[in-house]
Amino acid sequence: MAQQRVIVVGGGLAGLAATIRLAESGIGVDLFSMVPVKRSHSVCAQGGINACNEVARQQGYSEYEHFDETIYGGDFLADQPPVLEMANFAPKIIDLLDRMGVPFNRTNEGFRDLRLFGGSLFKRTHFAGATTGQQLIYALDEQARRWEAEGRVAKYEFWEFLWPVIEDGRCVGIVAQDMRTMQIRAFRADAVVMATGGCGLVYGKSTNSVICTGAAAARCFQAGVWYGNPEMIQVHPTAIPGADKLRLMSESARGEGGRVWVPRKKGESRRPKDIPEAERYYFLEERYPKYGNIVPRDIATREIFQICVSEGMGVDGENQVYLDLSHKDPEYLTRKLGGILEIYEKFVGVDPRFEPMKIFPAVHYSMGGLWTRYERGSYQPASPLPGHKSGSRAPIGAEIGQGMQPGSPINMQTNIDGLYAFGEVNFAYHGANRLGANALLSCIFDGLFCGKSVENYVRDVVASKGQADQVPQGAYDRVVAQEEAKQKRLMDTVGRGEVAPEINPYQIHKELGTEMTAACTVVKSGPRLEQALKRVEELKERFARARLSDSAAWTNQSFSYARAVGDMLTIAEAIVKGSAVRKESRGAHYRTDFPERDDAHFMKTTVAKFDPASAQVSVELVGVDASLVQPRKRDYTGKSAGGSVEKKAAASPAAV
Amino acid sequence: MNLASSNSISAQPGRTIRFRIKRCDGPGKPSYWQAFSVSPEAGANVLSCLQQIAANPVTADGQRTTPVVWDAGCLEEVCGACTMVINGKARQSCSCLVDQYAPNDGDEITLEPMSKFPVVRDLWVDRSRMFHNLKRVKAWVPIDGTYNLGAGPRESHEQQERRYALSTCMTCGCCLEACPQFLPEANANKWDTSFVGAQVLGQAHLFNLHQTGEQLASDRLDVLMGQGGVSDCGNSQNCVKVCPKHIPLTESIAALGRAVAVHSVKRWFTSK
Repeated sequence: MAQQRVIVVGGGLAGLAATIRLAESGIGVDLFSMVPVKRSHSVCAQGGINACNEVARQQGYSEYEHFDETIYGGDFLADQPPVLEMANFAPKIIDLLDRMGVPFNRTNEGFRDLRLFGGSLFKRTHFAGATTGQQLIYALDEQARRWEAEGRVAKYEFWEFLWPVIEDGRCVGIVAQDMRTMQIRAFRADAVVMATGGCGLVYGKSTNSVICTGAAAARCFQAGVWYGNPEMIQVHPTAIPGADKLRLMSESARGEGGRVWVPRKKGESRRPKDIPEAERYYFLEERYPKYGNIVPRDIATREIFQICVSEGMGVDGENQVYLDLSHKDPEYLTRKLGGILEIYEKFVGVDPRFEPMKIFPAVHYSMGGLWTRYERGSYQPASPLPGHKSGSRAPIGAEIGQGMQPGSPINMQTNIDGLYAFGEVNFAYHGANRLGANALLSCIFDGLFCGKSVENYVRDVVASKGQADQVPQGAYDRVVAQEEAKQKRLMDTVGRGEVAPEINPYQIHKELGTEMTAACTVVKSGPRLEQALKRVEELKERFARARLSDSAAWTNQSFSYARAVGDMLTIAEAIVKGSAVRKESRGAHYRTDFPERDDAHFMKTTVAKFDPASAQVSVELVGVDASLVQPRKRDYTGKSAGGSVEKKAAASPAAV
Repeated sequence: MNLASSNSISAQPGRTIRFRIKRCDGPGKPSYWQAFSVSPEAGANVLSCLQQIAANPVTADGQRTTPVVWDAGCLEEVCGACTMVINGKARQSCSCLVDQYAPNDGDEITLEPMSKFPVVRDLWVDRSRMFHNLKRVKAWVPIDGTYNLGAGPRESHEQQERRYALSTCMTCGCCLEACPQFLPEANANKWDTSFVGAQVLGQAHLFNLHQTGEQLASDRLDVLMGQGGVSDCGNSQNCVKVCPKHIPLTESIAALGRAVAVHSVKRWFTSK
């Protein structure tokens, strides 16, 4: 019997954690990534990683409260048992990363330091400088390299995932393409783990890396994997608009006294410093006199969006508003905000201590993703408990196995046997809105905890059904032929005449991004979504006629990009349709025509399915497992009234 | 932070600038230059201009050509992917602001692939040698496994800061491009005897500083004691000047130089 092998697609935190766990168990891993794994998008995470810790515990915090916060922050859309397991497991992850050498910030006594973060009143966020994600992925990258040196892991870097090979309802490998030689070939595997992250590029510009097209997830979706809650896309209120991407500007800029405004006069051409106070519209302060500029993030996001998109009052007629710190003492600003202000200066070339920053909300994170299963753990209360009172005694301890059954082969497995989805690419943990510093956690949790599930699947299930090397070659050849045909169709368009904007993939993507950002981010409505769906259909029709400009058979980047545009259109359709079906407002999803949460009808997962025959996306609603804690109204305004700035900031649920 | 560098003051709006780009269709193919005219949008950087060129690949003299190929990732100067030689100096192209490099109509920016690594195509180079060297010096902490064994070693604030600085290395290769001793080696067999360069020395030092990582210090020093090791450094100090993350690479080189000296004496006495 040949050595059993697993393919992991994606080398960010989730993929690397899975790789290490599997390699350690004696299973060979083939790790596929479009970039050297050390350059994956996980490097961009700044803030930190959440876990209950000794200090917080003695102050009254618990893993259970972390679980409750995550469910509440997600507006009760997540299935609850996996979230409980993740919160209970979290402290072990921090310890492991610590042992791997992550330079976590330290206290005077040499313990790991902690910071306050959105959605909690306790310090429960561990961090390494301002680049926690980078530090975590480097630690995992190093461990994966160690296994690579021992021959247990084979890396396929600069390889692009094209399609899963599914035979008899079971995933037995993938087809991938070498981005340099352009060779398309099949790889056999006893199980496949998708760990390919988010889909920010569907929105054109976002806070995501250029590789976050969602194409890999879209290809699985088209191959029959279900997609959960596609409409749940998190938008961060303050990002720096850029010609190429939108970079985050931390919320602390507002916490330290930053004022948000636009000129009262549309089409104002004066420089901001020349506009007198009376002619500035401090719209957050006027509309929310009590909280002013430090309203919770979803409100800030919505208001900035309204001012620009609906009211057309953006600075210079563009989608941007001023975030102004220039009234503060420059020395004070350097001391308190030096690092983040340097980022602005580095990428914009303007010193925000002397000139207002221009900012706009940006698509940041996809709570939705490939639909996954799990096996419930041992904690099954007779009826769901009321919401947890912060700082009170937890109803249960933090033993492993209460939320999910450890090692169950179905944990984070998609509806296709043997095909798993880990990290941001699945829909499992964040419901309708993700709390800051929970993303790094869910990625590593999947890799470590559910990595064991993959191991068991490979050992037990495959043993009964046979290894992938027994599968007839035809199953692989068919998928290779399908992908070669797809490539040929696109490549044959080169040199067939002028690449008019209408059929230029770059232009199609740009228009898709503009439309999705306008219709499907902060503020949605039925009629606008219908319009967006028509627009996506039109773009799909244009894409079918798309023309390319490079026929090179070596390192053809623009071909690979064009192919991904087609996949982004499919994900876009799922996002729009999910948004249309969800006739309520919940978490990141806000409908002007249905402004309230409607638990009776919509405390449900939207499950999108792709019909290959008609190439159409359909969406159905499936009940949520809310058996652990009762849903309650999500309201961050009450508690923090009169509290410190820090506390109010802490109570607003979103990611950094 | 300097107000004088503010783009909104100096750059001329609506201008057209030129990119001179050194291109190459693939390994073993000849290099050639092409020029492109670009009207940079507000706040443009080199990458956003390359995106414009890719969308409509026409040279400055009106010839249709293929899109320029380049490597990119985060666009936030934290992944290291988009490093190239801009106006003669290696740096990340995402943080290279066009308003500062070409503020006036007709200004020119020159883009070349890094010269120390084999070109894959155009501006995209193959830096696998850097990752190979990380493997050679065992740049990792040899943990017992991923199961729950409690916290790692406690550490002082100062020690954490030293390690954090070294740990921000994004494997971009600027230090190697600038180093007179680090040579391009087309033949991978030469990698193990040619100078390793500052990048991997910084990483070896990082793991020698960690309480558990130190257990492999001897293995690391064995590698760095030999040909292509730390003694090949010519002390030009270019590495530390060009490092975009301001990593104190020369301190690592000095520390390893001392450690290797002690280590080789020890090796001599124990004749291992």
